[in-house]
Amino acid sequence: MEYNGAAIVAMKGKNCIAIGADKRLGQRQLTVDTNFKKVFPITERTYIGLSGLATDVKTLHDQFRMRVNLYKHREERVIEPKTFANLVSHVLYERRFGSYLVNPVVAGLDKNDIPFICGMDSIGCIDLADNFIVCGTAEENLYGACEGLWEPDLEPEELFETISQALLNSVDRDAMSGWGAVVHIITPAGVITRDLKSRMD
Amino acid sequence: MDAQFALTGRDFAISVTDTNVLQSILKIKTNKDKTWQLTPYTMMSVTGEAGDIDPFADYIRGNVKLYSVRNSQDLTPKEVANFIRGELATALRSRGAYRVNVLVSGFDKVTGEPSIYWIDYLAAMTKVPYGAHGYTAMVLYAVLDREYKQDITLEDGMAIVRKCIDAMQKRFLNQMSTFTIKVIDAQGTREIDFSEA
Repeated sequence: MEYNGAAIVAMKGKNCIAIGADKRLGQRQLTVDTNFKKVFPITERTYIGLSGLATDVKTLHDQFRMRVNLYKHREERVIEPKTFANLVSHVLYERRFGSYLVNPVVAGLDKNDIPFICGMDSIGCIDLADNFIVCGTAEENLYGACEGLWEPDLEPEELFETISQALLNSVDRDAMSGWGAVVHIITPAGVITRDLKSRMD
Repeated sequence: MDAQFALTGRDFAISVTDTNVLQSILKIKTNKDKTWQLTPYTMMSVTGEAGDIDPFADYIRGNVKLYSVRNSQDLTPKEVANFIRGELATALRSRGAYRVNVLVSGFDKVTGEPSIYWIDYLAAMTKVPYGAHGYTAMVLYAVLDREYKQDITLEDGMAIVRKCIDAMQKRFLNQMSTFTIKVIDAQGTREIDFSEA
């Protein structure tokens, strides 16, 4: 799980969600790529962040894309974040013995614009949270930073500042993650994506 | 220990591999081509476990060729890279995982963009402006991070390749006397003679 390095965080705000991740892809101590995507849009209002082994990140992203597209064809509607989280949990538990080495974070707004975030372990145990979810090699740093900075009912711009500071300062102290970050703010009006510059080491 | 790296420029991609085959302390072959041509505009260099390279590379080459024959159209570099990654990922958790590291270099005729896809033996894939595998990556990334710029010409690219080769020949135990240098651009793939590099 620590082979490639990652740092992912999602936070709830007032009718909005923020999800952010670093951009490093490494092979133990060697950095291979500084623009590696770990957070993916599933629908316009639901995002998933995947930390852990990079090969499983890609494999699972492709799996979820397929299953969500099939869902859309069958149900003739877009999948809700809570439903998608259960789908992710199911896909992971299918491999209970011989699991994918990932920790997913699901974040989205449901059809009534109510924010939803959850995290999971590698076999799909859902952890619902009211405040924030973190995962990756910088997990412990992120827990501390988020606990200190997060407060309820933050507006989108304030939430962006909060999540950015939590993410940046956590990855700066973690050797396996960093090299910049991407943050997505999901609001009922749309998604704002911003690139952050961290310590480039 | 194999040297394997590639870099892109304005409208070309260069792939470099060394030509030694090592078995413990001996060089059993000194003129091996470690690259595989998949379409006229896409190639891959493959290194890793000796017994896995040929079966895997042959399988990929055959299937890419089959697609071309069936559809009268070649796969683009991005499609080839994703196909290779998919095959590696499927094999990873099966009985016969391949321990091979791949660099896919290609030129997309539709967009006019060169590309390099770095794929490791665990099937982690990423598109990069320059990439390397193996122990030599530790030295090569240092040189490439310093020297590389966006939108370089072929002469600049070859100058960087020359610097990379010099660094490897200086620092690594085994003597790497020749390299296979291939360039892919709008005209297709051609080999550059190492002595001219």
